[in-house]
Amino acid sequence: MRPIILNGHERALTQIKFNRDGDLLFSTAKDHVVCAWFSANGERLGTYHGHQGALWTVDIDPTSTILATGAADNTIRLWEVRTGRLLKTWDFPTAVKRVEFNEDGNLLLAVTEQRMGYLGTVVAFNINSDVDGPQEDEPIFKITFDESKATVAAWSYLTKFIVTAHEDGSVATWDAKDGSFIQRVQAHEQDMLITDMQMAADRTYFITACRDKTAKVIDVNTLQVLKTYVTDTPLNTAAITPLKEFVVLGGGQAASEVTTTSQRQGKFEARFYHKIFEEEIGRVKGHFGPLNTIAVHPAGTGYASGGEDGYVRIHFFDKAYFDFKYEVERFQPQEVQTTA
Amino acid sequence: MAPSIADHEEEEYVHQEEEEEEDDIDFSDLHEQFEVQMEEGLDAFVVVDGLPVVTEENKPKLVKFLTKRLNEVGRAKADQIFMPIDEATGKSQGYAFVEYETADQATAACKQLSGIALDKKHTIYINKLTDIERYGREGRIDEQYTPPPKEEYVQQEHFRWWLSDINARDQFIMYRGDNVGVFWNKKKDTPEQIVDRLMWTEMFVKWSPLGTFLTSMHPQGVQLWGGQSWKRIQRFYHPYVNMVEYSPKENYLVSWSNRPISLPDGPHPLGPEEEGKNFLVWDLKTGTLLRSFANLEVRGEEEGKRKVQWPVFKWSADEKYLARIRPGQAIEVYEVPGMGLLGKKSVKIEGVVDFEWAPETVKLAGRKDTEQLLAYWTPEMENQSARVGIMAIPSKTVVRTRNLFNVSDCKLHWQSEGKHLCVKVDRHTKTKKSTFTNLEFFRVTEKEIPVELLELKETVINFAWEPKGDRFVIITQQEVPAGVQVGAAPKTSVSFYGPEIKKGSVGNFKLIKTIDKKNSNAIYWSPKGRFVLVGTVSSQQFFDLDFWDLDFDGEKKDQPTDVAANLQLMNTAEHFGVTDVEWDPTGRYVATSASMWKHTMENGYHLWDFKGTLLREEHIDRFKQFLWRPRPPTMLSKEQQKQVRKNLREYSRVFDEEDLYETETANKEVIEARKRALQEWTAWRQRTEKQLREERVARGLPADPFEKFKVKKEEATVIEEIVEEVIHESEEIVA
Repeated sequence: MRPIILNGHERALTQIKFNRDGDLLFSTAKDHVVCAWFSANGERLGTYHGHQGALWTVDIDPTSTILATGAADNTIRLWEVRTGRLLKTWDFPTAVKRVEFNEDGNLLLAVTEQRMGYLGTVVAFNINSDVDGPQEDEPIFKITFDESKATVAAWSYLTKFIVTAHEDGSVATWDAKDGSFIQRVQAHEQDMLITDMQMAADRTYFITACRDKTAKVIDVNTLQVLKTYVTDTPLNTAAITPLKEFVVLGGGQAASEVTTTSQRQGKFEARFYHKIFEEEIGRVKGHFGPLNTIAVHPAGTGYASGGEDGYVRIHFFDKAYFDFKYEVERFQPQEVQTTA
Repeated sequence: MAPSIADHEEEEYVHQEEEEEEDDIDFSDLHEQFEVQMEEGLDAFVVVDGLPVVTEENKPKLVKFLTKRLNEVGRAKADQIFMPIDEATGKSQGYAFVEYETADQATAACKQLSGIALDKKHTIYINKLTDIERYGREGRIDEQYTPPPKEEYVQQEHFRWWLSDINARDQFIMYRGDNVGVFWNKKKDTPEQIVDRLMWTEMFVKWSPLGTFLTSMHPQGVQLWGGQSWKRIQRFYHPYVNMVEYSPKENYLVSWSNRPISLPDGPHPLGPEEEGKNFLVWDLKTGTLLRSFANLEVRGEEEGKRKVQWPVFKWSADEKYLARIRPGQAIEVYEVPGMGLLGKKSVKIEGVVDFEWAPETVKLAGRKDTEQLLAYWTPEMENQSARVGIMAIPSKTVVRTRNLFNVSDCKLHWQSEGKHLCVKVDRHTKTKKSTFTNLEFFRVTEKEIPVELLELKETVINFAWEPKGDRFVIITQQEVPAGVQVGAAPKTSVSFYGPEIKKGSVGNFKLIKTIDKKNSNAIYWSPKGRFVLVGTVSSQQFFDLDFWDLDFDGEKKDQPTDVAANLQLMNTAEHFGVTDVEWDPTGRYVATSASMWKHTMENGYHLWDFKGTLLREEHIDRFKQFLWRPRPPTMLSKEQQKQVRKNLREYSRVFDEEDLYETETANKEVIEARKRALQEWTAWRQRTEKQLREERVARGLPADPFEKFKVKKEEATVIEEIVEEVIHESEEIVA
């Protein structure tokens, strides 16, 4: 499993995303540039220039026509993927930490930071899929958090809910039509920041990564914790693999402590766990800084990781990966396939 | 649960407070107990009893005589002695009141002068006036002696309960974070926790030498725990205690603090003699203090520079003697439990640097009685060569000495049964430019203690005897030319030695094999001998562990045939950041650990079997200590042990079956659990997927959410492009 190393950013990666076909990979880093790559060979397709601050987040709509980015310059920007043309800029009082399209690509949510007297919010915008058409200026609704700010958020299946994950280790669901509160669950340890949340392919469950060194798989409807993956390092990111019943977790020591400790101790590996049995099955080394973000190829044939070290590494899985099965899985091959 | 000394008391106090309402309490007993002594002015007064009855004329004589005696401890003037005269008889009544200058002098008089004889007939008794007031009043003291109530006999827990484990498993302690836990070794599986307590110790933990007690260290002192309930068995008050050393049979304990004891104001069990002392010697069973010692002043050396060589006080094998060195002057041998100097004198040995007791009682050839042996050495002094001596205690006779030359340092290594003594002599050439090592072997049990010499060209940095054996391992290091290499530690060589095969006795020591170009620095023999782990410990760069067998069953290869050994490297492994290595007491397992006391990288432990197969590794945050629980020596006789060894196959078959059964059931459990997990997940997935489909249909959406994004097959066209490229062109002339 020789990785393709993408060396296009000068600073720490913040988020990477495959498009729905998996042929393109978008990456954002703390330098002010968004990069688009061909995932198959690591060639750079292009860059999107315009942001004035560190980029925190990126998402691509399901048709791969519109790209949304959020940054520390307090803006969300929409780009035409093909040309790199800036379509729209929304301004906020604080930084934008996470953007995400819903499964139809007609809605966009954004998480804004709590800072300088402003409370953290989640806002939802209508998106006009016509690149030459106008975009609305005002959000449909705004959810304000007066207790614990949201760090990440995502849309559920059928655009029913918005799920938010919080600084205090809790997760909550909100009605995706008007932003009204539905329920909240303390999924992780109290006051442990949830760093990442990624939906499964059909958006009926999701995985959270947390500073409490665990990742959890949670049901969208009930917010019940289905699975817990215990590691020995604070986690920054977690993803669910399609095709195989695995999850990929990434983390490592806090970036500020990295210089004082050795690479060996840093635990900068991507860890593969079996999704159902909650057991570690493998690790992939390579980064020399903590892993900030992991994205899995939508077809389940590979994954990419972005690190504090400024590199993106794309891995395509070997045959052994697809062949790997637990004894009990072999006995019930048909049932397993229905769950994929 | 926080069983430290202070917390415990607090606990009790809180408990009381909760239980009783203040109004309901009868405080009279407390009032009595803590009654404030108001007669402060009378503290300097004493009552002298048992004086001769004298007439008025003779009274001044007696007063004068008494004043002389009383002034031995303080100052009491003649006019401050009041001796009442009975008016009816005109004679004194045999007692007197005396006022001292201070209350302290009065106390001293009570302690020192009471009970001394003035002459043949008269013995005086001195008490404080306030005491007589307090205890002498009628009703205060019962006239009749009532024996204290007999305490009901309470069945004690069995202190060695862990030895009766049906699978003969061993216990170990793990100290990590603020928790101390005791576990059963389960080989590959997660250790089974027996007990785990937060803040059980505040510095470190230690097992007693036979494994009976768990020692915890606190700023207030030392506590011992044991039994199946892990209750507190004994505590020893010693403020700011740093170290503790048990006697070999667990009957005594020496505790040490680098701070001299300064007695606190509150209640405490120490007497005024302990003020300023550093060492306390305790009787372990009763918890009584036997004696206290102060640190020795070290002449000519700066404070703090000298490292403390622990233990300072060393126990003889039979626990009858406790000795320490007065560097350069003498060895002080104390008799236990009386704690007096043996023969009321220390053993004067000019220049003595270090000594070691024989670890077992050795019978010398040609002698009927047995004595304890101690070996010591003295460096070169004016007109005298360096010397190693073996002395028998209590007779203090020197049974053997040997002179040595050009010595820079000596280390004394006793074989575990005391059969051999190896003196590692670091010598220097006459120019003092380079050093090398000689090993001098004293065959203690043989007639007249012959000495064998092994000369080496390198310096020996580590030496270890095989426990209960005649073989040893040394690690040697080529000398580093001064200032050449910086950083990189020089390579080391590991050498194995064994005795020549000789009938009836142990032959000369002979080299079995040397392995060059190693980085090893530590030797860990299995407690049962035969197997040895040689590794690199507490190093920044190397972490290798070599597992050796000295009695390998296979054919002998490239080693001398006349040595009683067959050396074989069984496995080489690595443990990143290893700082400590511990064999379990049975020699079946080895634990290597990385403690946060040395560094904070990958703290945790690895568990190996004696062959060097990794059984288990666990990374634990803030891991500090891993200690196997020692076992007392076996109670089986030699014949019984032989019998066991003979029938080993029988036993091992039973154990193998048990192991197999256990792993099978464990595997079954794992598989069952996985099956369940898989079924639950599958069921949940089917439910959710069904619900999702239904919801989509209800909204009139296609079942596949991405259908509309799919590129229709017909629209896609394949463009085939053929590119021809001339790679190479050459002309050839055909003839």
